[in-house]
Amino acid sequence: MPVGPGLDLLFGPGGPETTQAPPRESCRPTEEATTRIPGVESSRRSRNATFALLVPAIAAAVSLAACSGTPPSTLKPHGPGAARIAGLWWFMFAVSAFVVVLIGALLLFSILPRRRRKGDDPDTTPAWATRMVVVGGVVFPVVVLSVLWVLTLQDMDALSQPSRPARLEIHVTGYQWWWKVAYPQQGFVTANDIHIPTGQPVRVLLTTFDVNHSFWVPQLTGKTDLIAGKPNTTWIEADNPGVYRGQCAEYCGLQHANMIFDVVAQRPADYQVWVTRQQQGAPPAATTDLLHGEQVFLSQPCVACHTVRGTPARGTVGPDLTDFGDRLSIGAGAVPNTPGYLGGWIIDSQGVKPGNKMPPIELPAQDLQDLIAWLESMR
Amino acid sequence: MDVSLEGRLEHLWEEAPGLGSWLATVDHKRIGKRYIYTAFVFFLIAGVEALIMRAQLARPDETLVGPQAFNELFSMHGITMIFFFVTPMLFGFGNYFVPLQIGTRDMAFPRLNAFGFWIFLFAGLFMYSSFLIGKAPDNGWFNYTPFSGKAFSPGLNADYYTLGLIFLGISTTAGAFNFIVTIFKLRAPGMSIVRMPLYVWAILATSFAVVFALPSLTMANVMLELDRRLGMHFFDPAHGGSSILWQHLFWIFGHPDVYIIFLPAVGIVSSIVPVFSRRRIVGYLWLALATMATGVIGFGVWVHHMFAVGLPNLSMAFFSAASLLITIPSGVQIFAWLATIISGKPVLKTPMLFVLGFLFVFVVGGVTGVMFAAVPFDQQITDSYFVVAHFHYVLFGGAVFPIFGAIHYWVPKMWGRLMDEGLGRLSFWLIFLGFNLTFFPMHISGLLGMPRRIYTYHAGLGWDLWNLLSTIGSFVLSLGILVVVANFFRSLRSGRPAGPDPWGGESLEWATSSPPPPYNFLEIPIVRSGEPVWDQPELREHAVRVQELTLAEEHETLGTSVLDAQPESILPMPEESYTPVATAFGIAVLFVGLLTGLYPVIVLGGLAGIAGLLAWFRVKEPEP
Repeated sequence: MPVGPGLDLLFGPGGPETTQAPPRESCRPTEEATTRIPGVESSRRSRNATFALLVPAIAAAVSLAACSGTPPSTLKPHGPGAARIAGLWWFMFAVSAFVVVLIGALLLFSILPRRRRKGDDPDTTPAWATRMVVVGGVVFPVVVLSVLWVLTLQDMDALSQPSRPARLEIHVTGYQWWWKVAYPQQGFVTANDIHIPTGQPVRVLLTTFDVNHSFWVPQLTGKTDLIAGKPNTTWIEADNPGVYRGQCAEYCGLQHANMIFDVVAQRPADYQVWVTRQQQGAPPAATTDLLHGEQVFLSQPCVACHTVRGTPARGTVGPDLTDFGDRLSIGAGAVPNTPGYLGGWIIDSQGVKPGNKMPPIELPAQDLQDLIAWLESMR
Repeated sequence: MDVSLEGRLEHLWEEAPGLGSWLATVDHKRIGKRYIYTAFVFFLIAGVEALIMRAQLARPDETLVGPQAFNELFSMHGITMIFFFVTPMLFGFGNYFVPLQIGTRDMAFPRLNAFGFWIFLFAGLFMYSSFLIGKAPDNGWFNYTPFSGKAFSPGLNADYYTLGLIFLGISTTAGAFNFIVTIFKLRAPGMSIVRMPLYVWAILATSFAVVFALPSLTMANVMLELDRRLGMHFFDPAHGGSSILWQHLFWIFGHPDVYIIFLPAVGIVSSIVPVFSRRRIVGYLWLALATMATGVIGFGVWVHHMFAVGLPNLSMAFFSAASLLITIPSGVQIFAWLATIISGKPVLKTPMLFVLGFLFVFVVGGVTGVMFAAVPFDQQITDSYFVVAHFHYVLFGGAVFPIFGAIHYWVPKMWGRLMDEGLGRLSFWLIFLGFNLTFFPMHISGLLGMPRRIYTYHAGLGWDLWNLLSTIGSFVLSLGILVVVANFFRSLRSGRPAGPDPWGGESLEWATSSPPPPYNFLEIPIVRSGEPVWDQPELREHAVRVQELTLAEEHETLGTSVLDAQPESILPMPEESYTPVATAFGIAVLFVGLLTGLYPVIVLGGLAGIAGLLAWFRVKEPEP
């Protein structure tokens, strides 16, 4: 329940009117940022129109706000897996703190100036010293570690399977450096945002397209690696609606730092609405500007790499963009999804996330503006 | 010719000054100092790499360095610290002090010893030449496949890693075998195995661990290089290979390597604690057994680096238990040291300060280490900054604090001059506080979900403050290290003369002058105690006693039996020789050829290496 205020507004007391609210509102930029991109119109005739877009993009980067609900703290769990692990942590923390304080105190005591007791002979070992080694070094650790091992086994057992069968299965594939998210049961594919219904376990099948990655949503559960040639599974469950930040945790190359994703947990009814929209594909362009934007997309190299269901675009090199307007971020968490950042990304994604596979796309200003509008309209 | 005993030994053992002897030396003390100097330079380089990373991470979305530079920095930082600093540094101290502590005149294989140093130096230059062509290793010190395969890492970066570590492995292996034979066969008569200094026990355990662990890394690297160069498929799942195989092979080496690093440091602590507590160590046998047990159990815990890989629960439960078990020898050691200090009369000179700092820091690293045995917690926290905090507590705390203790403890022996106590205290406090300020906050940033090896992070995730603190701490820590360096050079110039035994030590290195003469001891000491210098007053007089074991007729030392150290044989020792450096140079050329793929260079280097070995093994006719 400790969701950010924005999320409270968004997911707070459920009702028919809120069910339509898409989670992206939580990180919708402020009004200034969403207004028309400055520079585009003023320099429409300029040959360097595209570069003018960089200015607001960079300006916005300074005030970059994370797109997530709560910081991804393992100590603020929002699911049964992470909660169980947090419990284990607090037990171990208590024992550890006791040990550190005890040994710290013994260390301080050992160097305090004190009178030598009778019989303190530097050549013989007093009986208490041997007892101290046996009790402190063997007996105490054996007892504590045995308890810890039992707790470990219990938690391993509890976490290996959810308490009730997971009906929903999601197939996540790691790419350098983004996440493909497939819903085989519902028959659609998205990317970098993983929508799940709250209050039920979801099985996540993990494979990698290239190198090893690791799937980590600290507030939901521990990591599972994506291993080349070895499909893994894990399960996640969110107790409350919210956006839970996830990030690749296995070093995977140049942009390991920007291989971020978000788990968007929605009330089952909201989730169902989202699924239905996904299944319908991209909405038809409603205005001439949007139609022009779609044509720009289809006439550019974009289609070689991206899929937009409902259009001829069928590329599979990059993320599916069918619900792009709903996405929380661009470039797998590199920047928030705002028209300004999107413009910067299209013309110079290498400046934003060096090494990613998308080439710079040079576009006349009007084309760019319509393309951005069309992409953001798909929600 | 001087006919006094000193004169005769001097004549037999002294190496001529000049460049020739600089290249040809086989004196374990000169080689030990070289290891220490060279390793320390690598330490400073890797430290600067760390500072650049900390500057980059000081605040969110910093752009001081780009992702490629950052990835090279963290890779080379790890590779340098693990392979080119800690182990060579500890081997350097081992080289210098094992022969002294066991009362002999050199290592068992002096030329192999020189060879090991040259290989280490050349391998280090080889690895760092990668920066000159902008191709430094960038896959981390762990170099996981398939990322390190040709498909994803086409550049020479990964070849530098594999070839550089195979190359360096020759040095480490040679050094380990040399230690084992030296410790087993060259101990002074009477130094039965239960009278061996604990430092020597530690070097012995480490050497065995090297011998059994390193082949796994070397083989993994050979296989990876075959994959990369000849298109084989050991680690390629698309053609029936396994990418997890690399992880197993790497960690079968990698975890024992933690103890390879840690055990010699434990030995240093066991050397310093009794001297500065003014009493015999409590639980000698416990400590010796704990050292060996750590070395053995260390081979059974590697899978705890792989708990997120998706292994069966049964296997994880086993490795969880083993990882918990290995805490026990460490616990025994800590309580034995504590009991020694408490029942003694501690003298808080700089070496002891570093040992006390070690004890505290290592306990913190130890308790967080236990946590990684708890599989579900490990899965949550592995590859986060919590791990970075943990292993710096055990590696910096567990090895570098003792190394700084050793520097202050043994520099007076090695150079004959004391280091300044005031500067020593200052450096200790800067290092201790700077260290904790750097690494403690990383526990928190890790718990807050910050993964390792990211070159930047966004604001608003709760990580900013902790990263800033870490960065500030790292500069305080660096200042402390600079004070140590300044103190060292100051002591060389104007330090007070140390005399043979400035601390009142108990082991044999304190029974000879500071620095020791080329032949170490006028007479091979006869040992009747575990603390010979304390119990045998005649050893403190630095005089010739019975003139039985002077061995002043030839260039030779005494061989003794493995367990009881009964005299067995007189071993002729080799003179200075160019063959080690020549052979090492040939091998260096060979590796340059392998890297560049130039077959003539490979052949040339191979032939040079073989020629060096042939010259090395040529039996020298006895002089008439």
